[in-house]
Amino acid sequence: MMSVDGLMEGEFFMNGDDACAEGAIAAGCRFFAGYPITPATEVAERMSRRLPEVGGVYIQMEDEIASMNAILGASWAGVKSMTSTSGPGFSLMMENLGLGIMLETPCVLVNIQRAGPSTGIPTLIGQGDMMQARWGSHGHYEIIAVVPDSPQEMFDLTITAFNLSEQFRIPVLIMSDEVVGHMSEKVVMRQVAPEDLVTRPRPAVPPEEYSPYLSGDDLVPPMAVAGEGYRFHVTGLTHDERGYPVMTAEAQDKLVRRLVDKIRLNKKHILRMEEVGLDDAEIVVCAYGITSRVAKRAVQLARQEGIRAGLLRLIVVWPFPEERVRELAAQAGAFIVPEINYGQIVLEVERCAAGRARSILLPHMGGGVHHPETILEAIREAAV
Amino acid sequence: MIGTKTLTDNPVDLYLRADRMPHIWCSGCGVGPSVACFVKAIHRTGLDTDKIAIVSGIGCSGRVAGYVKVDSFHTTHGRAIPFATGLALANPELKVVVFSGDGDLAAIGGNHLIHAARRNIDMTVICYNNFNYGMTGGQLGPTTPLEAKSTTSPYGNCDPPFNLPHLVAACGASYVSRWTVIHPRQLEKSMAEALTKPGFTFVEVLGPCPTTYGRMNKLGRGVDELRAYQERCVVSNGVDPRDAEIGLNGPILVGNFVDLSRPTFWDHCVKIFGRAQKK
Ligand code: SF4
Repeated sequence: MMSVDGLMEGEFFMNGDDACAEGAIAAGCRFFAGYPITPATEVAERMSRRLPEVGGVYIQMEDEIASMNAILGASWAGVKSMTSTSGPGFSLMMENLGLGIMLETPCVLVNIQRAGPSTGIPTLIGQGDMMQARWGSHGHYEIIAVVPDSPQEMFDLTITAFNLSEQFRIPVLIMSDEVVGHMSEKVVMRQVAPEDLVTRPRPAVPPEEYSPYLSGDDLVPPMAVAGEGYRFHVTGLTHDERGYPVMTAEAQDKLVRRLVDKIRLNKKHILRMEEVGLDDAEIVVCAYGITSRVAKRAVQLARQEGIRAGLLRLIVVWPFPEERVRELAAQAGAFIVPEINYGQIVLEVERCAAGRARSILLPHMGGGVHHPETILEAIREAAV
Repeated sequence: MIGTKTLTDNPVDLYLRADRMPHIWCSGCGVGPSVACFVKAIHRTGLDTDKIAIVSGIGCSGRVAGYVKVDSFHTTHGRAIPFATGLALANPELKVVVFSGDGDLAAIGGNHLIHAARRNIDMTVICYNNFNYGMTGGQLGPTTPLEAKSTTSPYGNCDPPFNLPHLVAACGASYVSRWTVIHPRQLEKSMAEALTKPGFTFVEVLGPCPTTYGRMNKLGRGVDELRAYQERCVVSNGVDPRDAEIGLNGPILVGNFVDLSRPTFWDHCVKIFGRAQKK
């Protein structure tokens, strides 16, 4: 069903890419710039059809570099904006993801991960961009990345992603994958109540008193947008609270600390995870995205065999839930980390476990997903 | 009462960030004078400065955004145009200006330049062309004339340059001109025309860069470069921009080359996206 204002409501059978687009529209996204790429094209296609219906703008840019910049520009005009891509396109977006972080620009970037490196297998799954999501742009920063495990979560977490991006003035990454993007399942769509939609903090002072990067205790500065008379200046150069460039180590220290700390110190408002059977777990399977669904089955089977296994599903993967993994390391004997790469998130698990529990990688090079039996076997081995 | 005049008497000061002066440009550089023409052009148009947004990339002229007192964005190298595209489409009430250099706009940002012109996005692009990369110390760029010296063409440039007015005109720009900083009145007027015309409008501003291009090519001080422009420039309004190539020596054609009307990207959006809303 379509409501009068063009939002969809009810139950639908829909793939993850389409659900992501609908989540964006429900979140208030009204600008999309993108470039076709498998397996993310369906997000752009749906946005091109839906945005004009709700009074938004779709533009297909000349490449992913341009797409990323266009959504930053749109956000600075006060419109919630998004792009979607995969593999090579994600690499091209890294440069201006950094600009988004530096200018503190709310926006959402969807990566429907495919198998790499390079062109890899465009039509089949990978989870090889997890560390690129964390560190892919140059310089030191913190980022927020969510990982949906189903078309339903493609809808729900896209709304979450917009909310987090507005709240913390940061580009938020949706690190989905080809299988979740292309699988069709039931998706329940709802209109989001206005009070559940976060909008960026706005200046409470007149233009003469406004400093674009002066923040309060939450370290998130209020954001004016173009055309309102604030006549602000913002720059990708290291800058002071007025937004003016300052080329000193002191200014760099102050700025980078705040950019990082606004995420680190607000972690409790950002982290999201699902826990299954962790209360007494001796073996913790830590998984995300499509892999977590396979892992969930393996954990069920292990429980049936009497093995005290549990699942820690990362919903927000960046910032990493360090404290929770540390706690679990004190309780469990081993972490098993299945992922569709040759070891990325396992490095974080290992770092946080710090030798108190074993960290066992179950890699898959991409092009398919793990078999539950593979994970079950690893659980059995770890249990003896 | 000459002695009592203060800086605040200059009407264009309103448009500049006085708290950021002095600027970073070298003495004898042409970027400053081109900014002076630009702010006078804004003044001339009477545009609401609250609704002007200026976007720059990286380089000497990439710093312009930081000195003009409107909403201003100093972005990444080559990316001012796509950033500006997002601004312009998300709020069509804005007058969006990109002010940047030839290397930024035509080399690393060349793909964005041609596509914005093709789309006829409502945007004015002012390209300060100093024939080299000034900020990084004088390397060859996409406009460096054949045979010209630069720190990366020490034997002379073997890399044929773009003729920028021809490039953007061929891609569909609605307005295309080229002036130098020794044509301040024509330049200001042309900038004002570009600012008030719908669609993609492009003003190439040639100017001296005594510190790098001038030094490498033994052109003397900034004022000597200006004199050379005076000698070489031929005002040729309406000339086919394909004939406006710039060599190391010889005449330089300047003038207003293209001024035509074709529907803008936004015109198409309103018409075609409107169909979705009528459904
Ligand atoms: S290097 Fe050249 S273009 Fe740059 S500020 Fe100096 S004179 Fe101007």
